[in-house]
Amino acid sequence: MDFLTYFVNGLSLGSIYAIIALGYTMVYGIAKMLNFAHGDVLMIGSYITFVFMSQMGINPIISVLLAAIACTLIGITIERIAYKPLRGANSLSVLITAIGVSYFLQNIALLIFGANTKSFKSIVTIPPLKLFNGQLMISSESIVTIALCIVIMLALTTFINKTKMGQAMLAVSEDRSASTLMGINVNGTIAMTFAIGSFLAAFAGVLLCSAYPTLTPTTGAMPGIKAFVAAVIGGIGSIPGAFIGGLILGVLENLSKAYISAQLSDAIVFSVLIIMLLVKPAGILGKSNIEKV
Amino acid sequence: MKKFLSVILALTLATTLFACGQKQASSTTADANAAASEATTFKVGGIGPTTGGAAVYGQAVKNAIQIAVDEINANGGYNGYQVEYRFADDEHDAEKSVNAYNSLKDWGMQLLIGTTTSSPCISVADKTYADNMFQITPSGSAVDCTANPNVFRMCFSDPDQGAASAQYIDSHNLAKKVGIIYDASDVYSTGIYEKFIQESAGKSYEVVADEQFTADSKTDFTTQLTKLKAANADLVFLPFYYSEAALVLNQAKQMGYAPTFFGCDGMDGILTLENFDKSLAEGLMLLTPFSADATDDLTVNFVKEYQKRHGEVPNQFAADAYDCAYALKLAIEKANVTPANSVSDICNGVKSAMTSITQKGLTGDSISWKSNGEPNKTPKAVVIKDGAYVLAN
Repeated sequence: MDFLTYFVNGLSLGSIYAIIALGYTMVYGIAKMLNFAHGDVLMIGSYITFVFMSQMGINPIISVLLAAIACTLIGITIERIAYKPLRGANSLSVLITAIGVSYFLQNIALLIFGANTKSFKSIVTIPPLKLFNGQLMISSESIVTIALCIVIMLALTTFINKTKMGQAMLAVSEDRSASTLMGINVNGTIAMTFAIGSFLAAFAGVLLCSAYPTLTPTTGAMPGIKAFVAAVIGGIGSIPGAFIGGLILGVLENLSKAYISAQLSDAIVFSVLIIMLLVKPAGILGKSNIEKV
Repeated sequence: MKKFLSVILALTLATTLFACGQKQASSTTADANAAASEATTFKVGGIGPTTGGAAVYGQAVKNAIQIAVDEINANGGYNGYQVEYRFADDEHDAEKSVNAYNSLKDWGMQLLIGTTTSSPCISVADKTYADNMFQITPSGSAVDCTANPNVFRMCFSDPDQGAASAQYIDSHNLAKKVGIIYDASDVYSTGIYEKFIQESAGKSYEVVADEQFTADSKTDFTTQLTKLKAANADLVFLPFYYSEAALVLNQAKQMGYAPTFFGCDGMDGILTLENFDKSLAEGLMLLTPFSADATDDLTVNFVKEYQKRHGEVPNQFAADAYDCAYALKLAIEKANVTPANSVSDICNGVKSAMTSITQKGLTGDSISWKSNGEPNKTPKAVVIKDGAYVLAN
């Protein structure tokens, strides 16, 4: 029974990693860059929801939608100001810029919202699911998160495969210069990718803060890094891979906490990443590209 | 793909190693003594994190010292001399703290209130010792903070809190089976934990489980709580800060686990968490030297002034820092030093005066100091009833 409890708790944690990882993988898959500021965009999204919902008393659903729109705009702005000028630069410069953006967002949040922890009211109000006479409990937040992950996965897959914009994204991810030759607006497509990624970040942020209801300017930082690891384990660039990677990471983290050591759990999680990179560098569902020299 | 990721991994590793191994030998030996010789004001410096993850503590300290200094200046200053005050940010980082100390020294600082957090405090304490500058930390609670004879502190040391908690739980028969969750990556939390375990031997209760977490995974406590619940702990000791404790309380409630929760001074502030569901904290006990709801004049005036200036209820860090500024006043007047004395003479005078003063402050009715820098004051046990602190009997 204990094992099952730990396992389910791991799934709950993993579902949060999964929903963050979806945004990471989406941007990486298409723009081929690691948006390390993703975790911080979701933190901003949570603060915006918090302001609308708790301080202005607006309906939670509307607050989340407003926050998602705001995050989309923030994502587009970040892309335009920080990443677009570096389009031709090597990936290391872009990565370092992303780290800079991450610190920038954290400190902006510190300036605007202050350092004090805010307590976030869960937007999910349905009662938790109880199994085996209440011995096993699945929190409503994790059910909603997993459901939303699946919806997002289906929506993204359909969008990419069935729409013109989606096809353009695929083309850009395959070969940027060839897409330009074929008349695809590469900058527009990449901006669109960021818009979608940031839109998703707002939802991830709200669900993260609903499940773990404290909000500080560094809320998004560590979950962001763990979600990145999840995306890599699942195969970065692969949408279902992000979901699977997230769940695996959450379960692994909780089981190692329960049966090995709470202090070692992060070390174990990151060693899995290293082993993964050695054994199957492309991740569980990733495609391995052979680089021609 | 593989190459790219390995570059990132290597980079991450390199940064970590660099951050760990960094030992800066910075020594700006700008001599502040010369500048001080013709000064007519005391220059008091403060250090703490006003940005970054621990900013809440540094800001509290910075604001509270400012309030105290304004009051002191309005009433004639230290020993008849006005006080100039400057605060420097250290982002809760030992290296930056030493830099902040150096820049304050260049400004002409004669006495230091700081630093706010323990690990930077230990680094700066070695610098002040080398310069023989008097230092009082409001909230650096790690044992090593006051290892040097020129450093005193206002808050309890971590072991003192651990011992006091163990004695309180024992003498009030609060529990038969005690479970502990602590932050294994934090000196404050482990310091309390270790002493608590030591003191628990031969007490009326039994420690049935001790669980850890680390700074990198401080959101999910369900695993730790499940273990404590399985061990039937009827009291859970939480020697860490309130922002994590709020999550523990929330997750325990979702699991339907309701032991008595018991915290230390880091728990103070949980009721000021914006938007916090106060019913979660119902029955929570904590040992703290300061309670913002106390009704004595000193506390009421301080809380009112703090709220007026900063729009929030001051926490314990603010109270400790406020008391520090007044402790300096008492000690400076007792030692009868003036700004014209050298930094080292001020330090020697104040240091010996510290052990003979008794202060009535926000964090204790009669605070006195031992020569090792530790304060003597009684912790108050408070319990949360109907969303407010009530003194526990």
